[in-house]
This record gives sequence, structure tokens and C-alpha cells, in this order.
Amino acid sequence: MERDDLIVNDSYSLNAHHSEEAGVKIRKKIIFVTVLLTAITVFEVFLGVYIKRNSDFWTLTKWVFIILTLLKAGYIVMSFMHLGEERKNLRNVILIPYFIFIGYLIFIALTEGTAHLDMFESVH
Amino acid sequence: MAGDATKTISKETLWGGGQSPFSVSYGKMMMWYFLVSDALTFGGLLTAYGFVRHGAEVPWPVGEQAFEALPFLHGHFPLVYVALMTFILIVSSVTMVLAVEAGHRNNKKGVVKWLGLTIIGGFFFVGSQAWEWSHFIHGSGGAFQLATAVTVTDAEGGVHTLNAGDRVFMDAEFGHLMEEYVEGNPDIILDGTTINSVGAHAHEATLDYLTLNKYVIGRTAIEGAEMAKLWNARSDQFVFGANLQVSEYAEHQDYAGFFFFITGFHGFHVFSGVVINIIVFTMVVRGVFERRGHYEMVEKIGLYWHFVDLVWVFVFTFFYLV
Repeated sequence: MERDDLIVNDSYSLNAHHSEEAGVKIRKKIIFVTVLLTAITVFEVFLGVYIKRNSDFWTLTKWVFIILTLLKAGYIVMSFMHLGEERKNLRNVILIPYFIFIGYLIFIALTEGTAHLDMFESVH
Repeated sequence: MAGDATKTISKETLWGGGQSPFSVSYGKMMMWYFLVSDALTFGGLLTAYGFVRHGAEVPWPVGEQAFEALPFLHGHFPLVYVALMTFILIVSSVTMVLAVEAGHRNNKKGVVKWLGLTIIGGFFFVGSQAWEWSHFIHGSGGAFQLATAVTVTDAEGGVHTLNAGDRVFMDAEFGHLMEEYVEGNPDIILDGTTINSVGAHAHEATLDYLTLNKYVIGRTAIEGAEMAKLWNARSDQFVFGANLQVSEYAEHQDYAGFFFFITGFHGFHVFSGVVINIIVFTMVVRGVFERRGHYEMVEKIGLYWHFVDLVWVFVFTFFYLV
């Protein structure tokens, strides 16, 4: 079988070349994403240090952490891993099964974990 | 970068056979499929952590209190080191994406430069993780269990009632000598609240304060006569740092277990990523991809490298922050 990574100028992803001018624009976007990811991380650390766990805002803070994490993940996957520029078919094949599986796993594991604690507390 | 993926092709042509409906090469698609399965592995690990944590009957350690040390410095720097590690990994992800970009311009010199920097960033991260593991294993002072119930008052007048078996934490300088004393080193002499190391490396430490709830909410320092009450009520049960049986961070051993497994598994991914990057780096230098006419291999290993960064973003949030 012919190795498709050795075929030049075929219709796959291999002809993904771009010009010098396009490169300048892409690099600008890379720098933007870098600054954003760093800023979010620094913000998260400040939030973690200044909002204590017994504070009234801790639950809100936790959700802020989770949303910011998903935002960071989105930028990494869509921009750094170029998934945003791939064909929609590929994007869906990768993302939809993952979110179905992991969403179910998170739901069932946290429900079971909480149930375990409730059971423990009702016994003791 | 997508190349053909940006072109509009009719559904009939795309799915009619004879070409990739995803407009990606076989290798790149398989890399994505591998990453999906690997992401499920890490997702499973972090979910298992959430499961144990939600069901834990004992207080769970607080990230800002368990990870607050920096190399060569004394004092409390909550999460600074972990944030620094995150930053190193983000930067190495950026240099990788720049290497991929240079590859799209068939710029060999650019790929060599950025891929080289990515490898250096990877080594920095693996090194940081080695230090963090070492610090986690050695601990910061250790703890002893009380033999009897004690009631103490802190400097602000707060009253704390402790039961037999509760843990009280020592400071690092005193605790590290105490660890050797407990292990039976004959050169360590304990006299009240002063501990001496005699011999070639003579060293003395005094117990200035003891800490309650060091790694959970409500950390309090106890000094003076109240401290002596705690010290005199100690049992012979000590715990220093962490291993696979006990840890000073939590009575729940799974905390240390998950630390070792999740960060270890991630660190192993970073390490293999560095090795793969080095292999591709030498191929770039030898001109393999220049002759091939495209640098898609750099893009494929780039996907893996970004994935490692992606996993760390989640580990950072769910293991350290939340």
C-alpha cells in the first residue's frame, strides 16, 4: 500500500502550505492566544489564593475555575491543535463521542461518590 | 492547518469514496483517534479522583496549602510553583505551534529553532515535576499523632479540642531532624523541644510552633506553653512526607496515590513527548521532510504535544485549584 504521508500535492492535509504574509497573521494569533492562556492561569492562581474555601463565594469560584479551564482547553484545541480549521465532519467525530462518554462518566462517578458519603454519614 | 479542509467540496464527492471525507491524511487522523482514547484515560483518572474525593469521610487537602513551596526559598507561595510549571508548558506549546507554522512555509531553519526550544521547554517541565515529586515525598516537616486528648488555645484565644490519634504538624527544620531521630539515627539527640545533630554536620533546631490542620481549612499555629502541651501528648506514631502507604497530607491515602498516578502518568507523557520530539528534530535537521516536500510529521507530533498541555490544564484545575 502506498504511504499517503509520502504523496506530495494530493488532496489531503499535506498541501497545507501558506505564504509569508499569511504566516505573519497566524503568528499574531498565536501570540494573542499565548497571552490569553497565561493571563487566565495567573487570574486562576490569584482567585485560588484570595478566595478561601470557607468563603461564601467558594462555590461560585469553583464554577469560574471550571469555565475558565474549558475556555483554555477550547483555545488549545481549536487554535493550537487547529481543530477549528479542520472539516466539520472530523471535528464532530472527535468531539461528540468524547463529550457523551466523559459527560456520562462524570455524572455517574460524582453521583456514586456523593451517595457513598451519604451512606457513610448515615451509618456513623 | 487544514489545507484542503477549507475548500468547499460537495457531499457526494466527499463521501463517494476514493478520498478522505475528512480531508486529512491517515497518520493525522489516527493521531486524533489516539488522542481521543488517551483523553478518555485521563478523563477517567480525573473522574476517579472526583469520585473518591466526593465520597471521602475525612477532610481533603487544600491545594494552596499542600503545594506552597518554591525551590531555594523559604516561606509560603501558594500554587506559584504549579502555576510556573503550567506557564512552562504553555510556552513550550507555543513554540511547538510556531514550529508547525514554520513547517507550513517549508522553512527548515524556523522548524529547527522552534522545535529545539520546545524540547528545552519539555526538559524544564520534566525537571520541575521531578522537584515537585521530591518535595512531595520528603514533605515539609511531618506530623505526629496525639496519644491523649488535648485542649489548647491559640494566640487569638481560639480553643481547639483534639482527640487521641489526631495529627499535629511540625515545621520543616525541626521535623526533618525529628525524622532522622525517629528512624533511630544515634547522632540526633532530642532534649525537650530542642533537637541536636552532632558529628560532622552539627546542627540544632528548636520547636518554635506546632500547626493544626496544616493542609485543610482552619490552619492554626500553636506556640509557647500550649505548644508544649501538644508536644508532651505525642505518641510514637509519626508520618513524614508521602509514600504509597501513608502521607502527611491527608489521612485518606488516595490523595497521595492520585498525586503519584495522575501527575506521574502525565509526566510520563511529557517524557515520551520529549523523546518523540527529539527523534523528529533529528529528522528535520537531516532534511527528511525537506525532501518529502511537507512537514506534516511536525504537525502530528505537535498534536500530541498540545494534548499533553491540554491535560495539564485540567490537572491544574481539578487536582490543585478546586
